[in-house]
Amino acid sequence: MVSGEQIDSPFTIHHMSVNIQIDSISKKYADVMALNNISLSIKSGELFGFIGPDGAGKTSLFRILTSLLLPTSGKASIGEFDVVKDYKKIRQNTGYMPGRFSLYLDLTVEENLDFYASIFNTTVKENYELIKDIYVQIEPFKKRRAGDLSGGMKQKLALSCALIHSPHLIILDEPTTGVDAVSRMEFWELLKKMQKMGMTIIVSTPYMDEAALCDRVALMQNGNLLAVDTPNNIVKSYKGSLFAVKAYNMHKLLDDLGSLGDTSQVFRFGETIHITSTINDDKVYMESVNKQLIDKGYKDISIHKVNPVIEDCFLSLMDKDVE
Amino acid sequence: MKTLLYILQKEFIQIFRDRTMLPIIFIIPVMQLLILSYTATFEIKNVDLIALDNDRTSTSRELINKFSGSPFYHFNGYADDFESAQQLIKSGKADQLLVIEPYFERKLIVDKSAEIQIITDAINGSAASMMVAYAQSIIGDFNKNIIIEQNPSQQLGMPIEIGSLFWYNPELDYITYMVPGILVLLVTVIGMFLGSMNLVKEKEIGTIEQINVTPIKKYQFIAGKLIPFWFIANVDLAIGLLLAYFVFNIPVMGSVVLLFTVASVYLVGILSIGLVISTLTNTMQQAMFISWFFLVIFILMSGLFTPIESMPNWAQIINHANPVSYFIKMNRMIMLKGSGFMDIKEDLIILGVFAIALFSFSIMRYRKTV
Repeated sequence: MVSGEQIDSPFTIHHMSVNIQIDSISKKYADVMALNNISLSIKSGELFGFIGPDGAGKTSLFRILTSLLLPTSGKASIGEFDVVKDYKKIRQNTGYMPGRFSLYLDLTVEENLDFYASIFNTTVKENYELIKDIYVQIEPFKKRRAGDLSGGMKQKLALSCALIHSPHLIILDEPTTGVDAVSRMEFWELLKKMQKMGMTIIVSTPYMDEAALCDRVALMQNGNLLAVDTPNNIVKSYKGSLFAVKAYNMHKLLDDLGSLGDTSQVFRFGETIHITSTINDDKVYMESVNKQLIDKGYKDISIHKVNPVIEDCFLSLMDKDVE
Repeated sequence: MKTLLYILQKEFIQIFRDRTMLPIIFIIPVMQLLILSYTATFEIKNVDLIALDNDRTSTSRELINKFSGSPFYHFNGYADDFESAQQLIKSGKADQLLVIEPYFERKLIVDKSAEIQIITDAINGSAASMMVAYAQSIIGDFNKNIIIEQNPSQQLGMPIEIGSLFWYNPELDYITYMVPGILVLLVTVIGMFLGSMNLVKEKEIGTIEQINVTPIKKYQFIAGKLIPFWFIANVDLAIGLLLAYFVFNIPVMGSVVLLFTVASVYLVGILSIGLVISTLTNTMQQAMFISWFFLVIFILMSGLFTPIESMPNWAQIINHANPVSYFIKMNRMIMLKGSGFMDIKEDLIILGVFAIALFSFSIMRYRKTV
């Protein structure tokens, strides 16, 4: 009963603890293992990111957490509520923003928001404080149909609708996919703001640069967890020295670098190729690479040491996972 | 309860905002009724007849005149020989061929008996039997005249005279027979198609995912999907009944309230079938094909176009599970015969059982988890 009273007041609810426990969750579709024995815990009030390519299993995990999908095995709980047994409580207390825009395209901004508020037994007025920052940006278009909004506006409307019942936890599945760079930054600022209000936020993204904005991230691939840590620690744990190489014929360079000695990883990284040395002396390594490339007839060779970013760590972890 | 109202409000906004939906709901049924009622008739007029007259006497001509004078026949001329007559039937220029043998007249007078041959294009079996029946009645008439002519003194032995009375539809007008059935057809199409489209549309567009994480209860969501189309289909029925009255001059002989009660029960069943289909499918296209499949079977077996009594035994048994045939039967009874509640009680109860069973099944099938 106590929690029931808390739901009515937007100002007390955020003190409620929503530690999330995921315990050996697996999900199997026919013969595909979408999630392979995933265990991890997310602390109340955390901004937690899941990073991974398409098909990593992020959406399946989110659907299990929002009670839309039953796990093949394992358990998960949000606060004191089990995602399978107490699904009604979970639905009342969780805001979910699916990866695909899932509001009614033929209803206006205002109608969508009113509808979602009313089916959660609340009103837009009651929780206006909570969505104000987001909603003021779309309010000028409130008579416009959701289908006629731009991508960034749609995301803001979807976030407003996911927040309208003042949930303790919001789960956002790739909220910034297909949104322009400016809107993406704005969106992350909003997430930070909501975190300050006491909300626990779980978000997934295929963009590595957004990983740095999370408190902690989980790197996922093919249904496996590759690493769970703060973005800083993940970068620190990178083994070996990383070098960026550039030369005239980039396409061939990728193959040739792959056959170099003392080199563990070769990845295309933007306009350069990142390689990792397995020997300690950076200078010796750089000279040896340079010499070998000149022998192979490359021109305009540039090699310099770089600090690893999350993407490097992820690519290296992915490589190990495949092996 | 309040939640249900919000869902209904949302559904109605969506229906009336959809520009393609309004014509589908209100104009197509009217067109269906107006077009089908005139065209779906079993009566055959203007049978194209050709004659191969190998006798060429006044008697043979008299017989042919009998045919060409009939309102059902259109005399299409003489054929020169059997081959060319056959060709005319093959090309569809003639439906029936009357072959009169040589010495027809002489045989009639001398032998008191002669033979003629009627060849009918029987691709459409029921049409062919109608044509044969027409021909037989004309020849029978002709026969009677000959007997009287040849034996003027003799009284014709006809102790029993048959007088026919056609109840409920005295003029044997097919439109009167078809309209109640077509009303059922259009209510069914609206109910089943729209019912099956609606939920699957939410699946296809993805809106169901957002709905499923809300505390909406299953029955609220399902009821929110059913009630608008239940209401619209009843409005369609009302429009149809007005058209029947003003355009075809077919008033409802029985109770209008009873008619709408039957329709309401029926629609719960039909809409539930639509919902079951939409829980089983993932795209509107799949839902459309499956509803179409059921609709065609239901309607063709319903007794709308062909009498159920002439179907094979197994088909009649299957028809006990066909809600459309119950409604057509009851609708004809109420509209044309003025049957009351007691007359249709049994069928209405069966329909009610269908509705409850199908509705429960559709709620069971709909799950909020994937």
